[in-house]
Amino acid sequence: MNAPVRHFLPRHPGVVRLGAVILILIAWEIAARWFIDPLFISPPSRVFASLGTVWQTNGVPAALRLTFFELAVAFAISVVIGLVVGLAVGLQPFARRSMMPIILLLYGLPQITILPIFILYFGIGAASKIAFGATHGTFPIIITVVAGVQNLKPILLTSARSMGASRWHILRWVIFPHMIPSFFAGMRLGMTGVLLGVLLAELYVSTAGIGHFTTLFTENFDPTKLFGLIAMLAAMAIALNEIVRRAETRFGRWR
Amino acid sequence: MARRDERAARIGSHLVQAGFLLAVLILWYLATNRWGVNRLLLPNPISVWHQLLDVLRTGEYLPDLRVTLTELAVAFVLAMTSGTIVGYFVSRSRYAIRVFDPLFAGIYSIPIILFLPLYVLFFGLGPASKIALGTTISFFPIVLSTIAGFGNVDRIFVTAARSMGASDYRLFRYVLVPAALPVILTGLRMGFTVALLSIIGSETIASLAGLGHHIVELAEGMDMPRMFAYIAFVVVIAALLNGIVSFLEARGRRRG
Repeated sequence: MNAPVRHFLPRHPGVVRLGAVILILIAWEIAARWFIDPLFISPPSRVFASLGTVWQTNGVPAALRLTFFELAVAFAISVVIGLVVGLAVGLQPFARRSMMPIILLLYGLPQITILPIFILYFGIGAASKIAFGATHGTFPIIITVVAGVQNLKPILLTSARSMGASRWHILRWVIFPHMIPSFFAGMRLGMTGVLLGVLLAELYVSTAGIGHFTTLFTENFDPTKLFGLIAMLAAMAIALNEIVRRAETRFGRWR
Repeated sequence: MARRDERAARIGSHLVQAGFLLAVLILWYLATNRWGVNRLLLPNPISVWHQLLDVLRTGEYLPDLRVTLTELAVAFVLAMTSGTIVGYFVSRSRYAIRVFDPLFAGIYSIPIILFLPLYVLFFGLGPASKIALGTTISFFPIVLSTIAGFGNVDRIFVTAARSMGASDYRLFRYVLVPAALPVILTGLRMGFTVALLSIIGSETIASLAGLGHHIVELAEGMDMPRMFAYIAFVVVIAALLNGIVSFLEARGRRRG
């Protein structure tokens, strides 16, 4: 290795990381082109080239929009319910002690087992995906909001009260600012849950969402389109995760 | 005085919890028996209970349970072996940690369940696709915690052991492993939990056998009381497995 490279690489692990990813893609390309049945795997170059055709497949843009809509609504519901329940339970010591074990118990249940019940109650359309995503997203938000309220120093409440702050003032100026970091941490966990819930329900049964097309492409042995669609969804998931993570680092450290 | 208050509060909160569960049961009973909620939407709790006893008595769950547990065991062993080995070798160099740790963490943040259709295409509807998905999903928490565990061993321990003449093996066995074990065990527990969930999940979505598959079969047959009973059964099995793993984790931590 010559001198500039020797000095450059140790300071830029990202370059080596990119190199590792490219190596994997090359290995995949070689394997898919010459060694594996094209019914099952498609080389990355062809997947990349096919992204346009996947997008033009009748119904795919609408399906991606529908899935995005389901994710957004489920996330909004999770945040609202998580915040309200989290505050209601967290601010009252008695409520916290009596309700938290129940909430933790419900959170610990494997929700995937009740997915057929959700389909039964909410139908095979968007409503069941939203509901299933919301139940996955709500619990982590409740738990982090409760933890955030719990970590509030009692002295802050006492001093605010002794200076004559009203309930609303305490909520607005003491409790809210102090729970912002944990609230954003909860939103990040909630987003992970919502993605999991909505995608599970989509893959389980779907008439117009992306689950419909993954099934279609799998049954037609069309791996190129399947890889392309999954790549688009992964990009959507990464973008959503990244937005929430950025918000967390941006607003999470105000102190 | 203070202690008495505390005890009263504790009893009070237990009462609220018991009351909550009781209220759910009573509402469920009234909704189905008095208020005429459709039996297809919500079965009667008593018939669910009878069905649960019947499921347990007939042992019809045994083949499905065996399939699911086999898939889980294979997937977890594969993920544990590959995750700890890869994690150990990455953790041996600070540079490798900086290269690979963000890579694994980045992939881990994608909902890996997305790849299930690909796995079904590769491995078919049988156990192989579930094993592959379970292995992939549980690999990441295990490899990340192994990197964190071995990567954060205090340098002074290693230097001290070396200067006292420890061999590579002894350094590994008596310094690195005990120091890293608590973190790795946490990763293994998380990996086990997600493997269990993803296997039941992929059985629900596309499969020929297994606990998740049976729930779907009952749902499609509109056999609601039995489906509720079977869901309760699967939930208890999952809770038992997670409880066993948490117990093993706590024991390993104390020993380590």
